[in-house]
Amino acid sequence: MAEMTYSQAINEALREEMRRDKNVYILGEDVGAFGGCFGVTTGLIDEFGPERVLDSPISETAIMGSAVGAAVAGLRPVPEIMFDDFLGVCMDEVVNQTAKMRYMFGGKAKVPLTLRMACGAGVGAAAQHSQCLEAWLCHTPGLVVIMPSTAADAKGLLKTAIRDDNPVMFLEHKLLYGAGGEVPEGEYTIPIGKADIKREGKDVTILAYSMMLHKALAAAETLALDGIDAEVIDPRTLIPFDKETLYKSIEKTGRLVIVHEAVKQGGFGGEIAAMVAEECFDSLDAPIKRVAAPFTPIPFASGLESAYIPDEAKIIDAVKSVLG
Amino acid sequence: MALNKEQMLDLYRQMRTIREFEETVANFFSQGQIPGFVHLYIGEEAVATGVCANLEKQDYIASTHRGHGHAIARGASVNKMMAEIFGKIDGFCKGKGGSMHIADIELGFLGANGIVGAGLPLATGAGFALKYMKKNGVAICFFGDAASNRGTFHESLNMASIQKLPVVFVNENNGYGISMSQARHQNIKDIADRASAYGMPGVVVDGNDVMAVYEAAEEAVKRARAGGGPILIECKTYRHHGHFEGDPTVYRTDEEVNAWKAKDPLPRFASRLQEMKMATEAEIKQIDLEVKKIIADAVEYAQKSPVPSQDELLTDVYCN
Repeated sequence: MAEMTYSQAINEALREEMRRDKNVYILGEDVGAFGGCFGVTTGLIDEFGPERVLDSPISETAIMGSAVGAAVAGLRPVPEIMFDDFLGVCMDEVVNQTAKMRYMFGGKAKVPLTLRMACGAGVGAAAQHSQCLEAWLCHTPGLVVIMPSTAADAKGLLKTAIRDDNPVMFLEHKLLYGAGGEVPEGEYTIPIGKADIKREGKDVTILAYSMMLHKALAAAETLALDGIDAEVIDPRTLIPFDKETLYKSIEKTGRLVIVHEAVKQGGFGGEIAAMVAEECFDSLDAPIKRVAAPFTPIPFASGLESAYIPDEAKIIDAVKSVLG
Repeated sequence: MALNKEQMLDLYRQMRTIREFEETVANFFSQGQIPGFVHLYIGEEAVATGVCANLEKQDYIASTHRGHGHAIARGASVNKMMAEIFGKIDGFCKGKGGSMHIADIELGFLGANGIVGAGLPLATGAGFALKYMKKNGVAICFFGDAASNRGTFHESLNMASIQKLPVVFVNENNGYGISMSQARHQNIKDIADRASAYGMPGVVVDGNDVMAVYEAAEEAVKRARAGGGPILIECKTYRHHGHFEGDPTVYRTDEEVNAWKAKDPLPRFASRLQEMKMATEAEIKQIDLEVKKIIADAVEYAQKSPVPSQDELLTDVYCN
C-alpha cells in the first residue's frame, strides 16, 4: 500500500489510463500548466503535452458537447467541469445528448466519456460553488454516476470509468482532495456498481457516500462507545446502485440511516429509502431515517455553512432514533 | 474541380431523392400514418447535396431537427430512414428515435437532433477527434439561422477556431426560426458576418444553387483538410413547408413563398443541366421516375417492417 491523497490518486489514475490508451485525453478549464483549479491534473501536461491535456476557454457547453462528439467519433475524453455547480451551463449536453444518444440511436452509438467535477461544501465557497448535484444526474437514464469517498476508491473507479463504454459522471468532493489514504500499489481497478462495506456492524446500517462516508465512520466510532455497533456502507456508485449489499446489511441490522450532503428534498437518499421500502420492507424493524442538508441554498458565513452541512451529531441522533 | 456529367447528374438525383422522400413523408404524415413531428427539407435540397458531395468516408456530419436531407445526402439508406420515421424495427434506430434522431455513426452521420443548435459542439468534437487521430477528415455542422443565436454557436465556433479544427459550419439560413423571421430574431442580414468574431472566414452562398454550394464547400473542405481551420458558410435558402408539418405558416405571405418557389433549386438545376448540355429533358424525367420507384420501395419496406417488440423498451440504455 502507498499513502497518497485523493487528489494524487485521481492524478495517478489519469496518468495510468493516458499511458495505457492514446485515445484518452483531458479537456477542461486550466487543466494544463495550471494543473486544474484544485491541482488534480498537475504535471500531466508535462508528460502528455498540450495535444492531450487541453486548456479550454470558459465554455462548459463546448467542453461537454465536443467531448460527446469526440467520444462517438472514437476517442475517450475525460472532460473536467471545475465545479458540478456549473453543470447547468452544459446540462443539455449531459442530459439530452450524452445520456440519450445510445438509446435514441437504437444502440448504435457509444459515448465513452468520463466527466470529472468537484462537488461539495465546507470551504466557504457559497451557493454556486458548493453543491452536491448527484440527484440531477441520477434522474437521467443513460448516465453512470460515481461518487468516491477514498483515495483508493477514487483511483480504482476512475480507471474503470475511463475504460467503460458508458458516459460516466464522476463527482469528486473538494474537501477530500487533500485527504490521505492507503492506495494499493500497482495496477488495479474497482468495478462499477459495487458497494463497499467500510465498517462492519450488526445494530444499524448507515449508508453514506463521498464526504459523508467519513462523518458516518466517525459517528460509528462514537456510537460504539455507547455499545451501538453500526455497519457503514459506501455505495461508491449511485447509478448503477448495488442493492444487494445494502439489502443484505438491512436483513442483518433491521435499521437504515441514509446520509448525504445534498439537500434532503428530492435527494438521492429519498430514492434509496423508497427502494428499500418497496423491496426490503420486511427486513426493517424501524422507519428509515435520512440525514441530509436542509432545503436552502448553501450559505457563505462559516457558522451558517456548518449548520447546513450534515454532521456527526446529526448522524448519531438519527441512529439513536431508529434504535428507539 | 469541374464536375463531369455523371457527377452533375448525381447531384440532381440526390436532390430529387430528398424532394421525393420529403413529399412522401408529408403525404403519409397528413394521413396520420406517421406519429410525432416531422420537419421537412423541401426547398433546401441544394445545401445538403452540394456540401455532402465533397465528403469522404472518414468525414462526419452533424444535423438538425430538419435532418432528412442531410442523411440522404450523406448516403443513408432511404429504406431504413423511412422505416425509422414510421417507428419500425428496421429503422436506423429500431424505431426508438424517429425523424428527429435518425443517425448512423458508421456512416459518419452524428444524428439529427431535437435540440436546436446542439449539433454545433458535437461536430466540433468530431472535428477534434479527426484531427487527433490524424484521419485527414472534416466535420460538417449543418444548423439553421435561429441556431446561430444559441450559446452553442458561440462556444463551438470559438473553440474550433482556437484549436484550428477541421470543421465546416454550414448555416442554412431559411429565414425563420419557427415563426420568427430572421429580421426579428437577429439584427444582422448575413450570419456569415459573425465568423469574423471568431477569427475565421465567413462566406455567403446562394443556397438554392447546388453548384454554388458545391464550390464553396469544396474550397472550405479542402482548406479544413489541409489544416487551415474552420470556416462558416452561410447558405441563403427557404423551406417551402412550415416549420413542422401542420404548421399553418400564418407568419409569412404568399408573395414571399411564391418568390422563393420561383427559385426552387430542383427545376433550376434541371434547366441548367439542359443549358449546359449535360442532360436532356428525357434523361431528367428518367431520373425522376427512378427516384419515385426507390422512394415507393422505401415506403413498402417501412410498412412491411414490424413495430419494435415490447422487449425493446429497456434495451440500449447502457452498453453492457
